[in-house]
Amino acid sequence: MKNCEYQQIDPRALSVLPSSAQNHTEKKAQRPRRKWEVFPGKNRFFCDGRIILARQNGVLPLTLSLIIVTCGLFFAFDCPFLVKHLTVFIPVIGGVLFVFVVLSLLRTSFTDPGILPRATPDEAADVEKQIDTSGSSTYRPPPRTKEILINQQVVKLKYCFTCKTFRPPRTSHCSLCDNCVERFDHHCPWVGNCVGKRNYRFFYSFIISLSFLTSFIFGCVITHITLRTQAGKTIVQAIQESPASVVELVVCFFSIWSILGLSGFHTYLVASNLTTNEDIKGSWSSKRGAEDSGNPYTYNSIITNCCATLCGPMPPSLIDRRGFLPHDEAIPAVSASEIELPPFTAKNDAHMEENCQDISLSCTA
Amino acid sequence: MAETHSLQDLQQPAVSSKVFVQRDYSSGTICKFQTKFPSELESRLDKQQFEETIQTLNNLYAEAEKLGGKSYFEGCLACLTAYTIFLCMETHYEKVLKKIARYIKDQNEKIYAPRGLLLTDPIERGLRVVEITIFEDRSIGSGR
Repeated sequence: MKNCEYQQIDPRALSVLPSSAQNHTEKKAQRPRRKWEVFPGKNRFFCDGRIILARQNGVLPLTLSLIIVTCGLFFAFDCPFLVKHLTVFIPVIGGVLFVFVVLSLLRTSFTDPGILPRATPDEAADVEKQIDTSGSSTYRPPPRTKEILINQQVVKLKYCFTCKTFRPPRTSHCSLCDNCVERFDHHCPWVGNCVGKRNYRFFYSFIISLSFLTSFIFGCVITHITLRTQAGKTIVQAIQESPASVVELVVCFFSIWSILGLSGFHTYLVASNLTTNEDIKGSWSSKRGAEDSGNPYTYNSIITNCCATLCGPMPPSLIDRRGFLPHDEAIPAVSASEIELPPFTAKNDAHMEENCQDISLSCTA
Repeated sequence: MAETHSLQDLQQPAVSSKVFVQRDYSSGTICKFQTKFPSELESRLDKQQFEETIQTLNNLYAEAEKLGGKSYFEGCLACLTAYTIFLCMETHYEKVLKKIARYIKDQNEKIYAPRGLLLTDPIERGLRVVEITIFEDRSIGSGR
């Protein structure tokens, strides 16, 4: 009370809502926070929000070290011999492929895959109002779906309980990252990130260039050992002279099977404008007879599908990691949790009453 | 019982409600908003003006996402430079987004603000909705 009467009016506070003038002047003295610092998903941010990674970045360090070590061994042990006996272009091609692979990998890992920001409390309330027709006693009503027509095909949109919004078509919620991702393909542990609308082209160029790189190194190492044996030595002697080649052979041999297979699979997906998620679930498989239950997103032309997926316009990041938090944004975070509380307080109150009764009984006893 | 009243307290209009214009997915995953006129705006705005605003926004987003020679060229160039070109160049989509932001600001100043409404740029809501904030009619005047 005393504070209200004798408070000196701070001219700067006039630009702020008077209801929270005191709190806000205190907050203004603090460093303004960026939106990535209050991001609700399970992601990690570096370089002040410029770089985004999944919290479980899986085996990304293993992937990087496998690539770097194998290429390092190649350049150190195989290239000198091959340059002398064949051509200087071998390390040049190897170098270009290596740079391309590493850049694509880093780009895939550090790019926002197309994360959809969660609904604001007002939006969530509006959606709830539209769905909630009868007041049900249970907190979790059955999963809500909305059917829409896309290119004369019925598509079901599911309601995401975490993000509090109806998921757009082709969007899926990744449980590892706790985010809805647009055009969700899969969560790749090797890359340590989800693969979605914004980084699918980087992922595709990564696996294609990696296929070329592993095949190239494999071929060069085989050539290297063959050339050594042609000079009159046995294979064992050749290997003893260049033991690193064996390591490279083993790594490349096992990688080639999986990487080439993956490249082929994703080439098929790109050509038919499908995602891994849709393919695995069989969303558009024509097992329903002659009904046109085909993919509604395809352009019915392989070239157009490829161009649209890989060379289409680059959509922007929707989560605005580096934007500054406006001061009233801090309050919605509190009210969001408040929306969650009411259904539970009914139960808690009943529980508390019982506890109170128990205590009163024990006191009087 | 001394209370400090700032000038803002008397001039700041209170938010009455918010209307959300949802996405229209009938043509696929391209960014397009429904042109259905919300009933809450009937007293404030002409149906035709609203439809014109939404239709212009839809056209701008279609321009941003258009598949054509220019976007393919940009995509191929980016691929050849191992996507490092995006570090120094603004994408076509980003340029159109700036155009959209200018258009929304313009619409707010000319049409929506005089009627006590405010359009929020959809990019700030993850391109999910066009949020229209309806402010309390100031002519009623509240002493709060």
